[in-house]
Amino acid sequence: MKQHYSALSLLRHGINRHTTWAPAWRSPPLKDHYDVIVIGAGGHGLATAYYLAKDHGLTNVAVLDRGWLGGGNIARNTITIRSNYMRDASIPFYVKSVALYEAMTRELNFNMMHSKRGMIDVIQNYPMMRDRRRRQHIMDIYGATYEQITEAEIRRRIPALTGGGPDARLPVVGGYVHTDAAINRHDAVAWGYARAIDAMGGEIHQQTPVTQLLRGPDGRIAGVETPRGVIRAPKVAVAVSGHTTTLTETVGLTLPLRTMNLTAFVSEPVKPLIDVIVNCPDAGFYLNQSDKGELVIGGAPDTGQSFRRDIKQTVFEDTVSAMLSLFPSFKKLKFLRQWGGHLDIAHDASPIQDETDVPGLFVTAGWWGGYKAIPAGGLTLAHLVATGRPHPLMEPFGINRFRHLDYVMETGTTTAR
Amino acid sequence: MMQIPCPFCGPRNESEFFYGGPVRPSRPDPAAVNDEDWTAWLTQVPNPLGPVQEHWWHARGCGTWLTIWRDTRTHDVVEAPDDAG
Ligand SMILES: Cc1cc2nc3c(=O)[nH]c(=O)nc-3n(C[C@H](O)[C@H](O)[C@H](O)COP(=O)(O)OP(=O)(O)OC[C@H]3O[C@@H](n4cnc5c(N)ncnc54)[C@H](O)[C@@H]3O)c2cc1C
Ligand SMILES: [Zn+2]
Repeated sequence: MKQHYSALSLLRHGINRHTTWAPAWRSPPLKDHYDVIVIGAGGHGLATAYYLAKDHGLTNVAVLDRGWLGGGNIARNTITIRSNYMRDASIPFYVKSVALYEAMTRELNFNMMHSKRGMIDVIQNYPMMRDRRRRQHIMDIYGATYEQITEAEIRRRIPALTGGGPDARLPVVGGYVHTDAAINRHDAVAWGYARAIDAMGGEIHQQTPVTQLLRGPDGRIAGVETPRGVIRAPKVAVAVSGHTTTLTETVGLTLPLRTMNLTAFVSEPVKPLIDVIVNCPDAGFYLNQSDKGELVIGGAPDTGQSFRRDIKQTVFEDTVSAMLSLFPSFKKLKFLRQWGGHLDIAHDASPIQDETDVPGLFVTAGWWGGYKAIPAGGLTLAHLVATGRPHPLMEPFGINRFRHLDYVMETGTTTAR
Repeated sequence: MMQIPCPFCGPRNESEFFYGGPVRPSRPDPAAVNDEDWTAWLTQVPNPLGPVQEHWWHARGCGTWLTIWRDTRTHDVVEAPDDAG
């Protein structure tokens, strides 16, 4: 049974020296059959299992992960939640996802440490200003907020931004504020969903890698093979971020995805300095300051496909020098950690969520900046798996768009562009 | 830094090169293949967990285009597709 979390429960368990907390989720024995198998206990897999139970009453569901819960890209990303996308197909989906994130702390009774601090795009050339203005007009239609601000206002709100003056090669010419943007705590998202899934009867099995998808004689999906044995299910959803093609190739399916390595690094903790997410697309980096005081910094992905989860020295140096061009005082900062994560990106930079040519096999993939998409991505995939029909918000993102050359080319996918 | 072997200049730093994408099958005649094969050629590239063959341009060097096999797990340049890095 789920223990309710509150100030009172904290006090009560504190008096008992915190020895009376129940585990947030069980570790039940693995069965050999489920109604639905979800592969991947990252954000998308967990959100899918959550909505399968909550919206569709499907609880004979197992989420399998080859590592530990929430140890994939959900633990490696820079947690920017935003909806400033470019396409009519994309914006409503991300607006929904941002709204679901805002309600998540209450819904899951788990503190997400949601901080709606807004994001400022610092622009250093006029064509980019026009591009952002176009984005503003499209976003206006869907209720996402994007407002132009002056250079003086940027410098007032980000005092540490002292570079990019009139003599710089790329002077700051203005910017845009996306007031809906937020950051929160990624572990809480994974743990909060896991606890809610468990309370509704779903199961999470860690250390259970899927090595092969299995088809029945009728060609439908039949289950999965793991080192812990074959597990059968009439429906299997692949939510493995980066490894999608590795798995679908086991049933001969090819997809228009390539896997790339995106990296980030953090500085030593410093006093509160920056209270918004700062995105500098022309310089090629973005940053925010964590509650602990560390600056969390990201830049461009590695060149070429990569399953390596490490930062390249060249990418690190390029990102640092871009950052110093606008924040010269950061030269004194020491860096603590750096890391990478491999993500798949589709031919048109938009997600793919659909039932595949193998009946009963579903994929949710191409989540390049897909942390922000977790709640809505789970909601829509659960709808598709349970009803067999795409959710209206995800309808434009089926696999057939490539066959019909009906791409959703999305320049809003990467922050740093 | 990753070193890329140029047939003319020998191993050189990656920063001297521009990336040209993975090697794909040669372009089919769109009229001679069915729609499925045509759109697959347009949108799909090999995405192996292991060696991938790709084009690089020695732009800040001798200017030649070359192809290498690079292991996507390690970024090691390897001899052949079945040569695990
Ligand atoms: C450096 C970096 C910065 C980022 N910044 C942002 C950002 O600011 N905003 C944003 O919205 N997004 C961002 N992203 C993208 C975001 O992290 C991903 O899009 C998102 O986390 C992917 O979905 P997920 O959480 O389900 O993936 P994951 O957490 O990777 O979940 C996939 C799971 O599948 C498991 N798995 C893989 N193969 C198998 C198998 N064969 N069998 C069983 N399990 C398997 C993995 O172990 C993993 O736990 C960033 C990513 C990186 C790397
Ligand atoms: Zn050369």
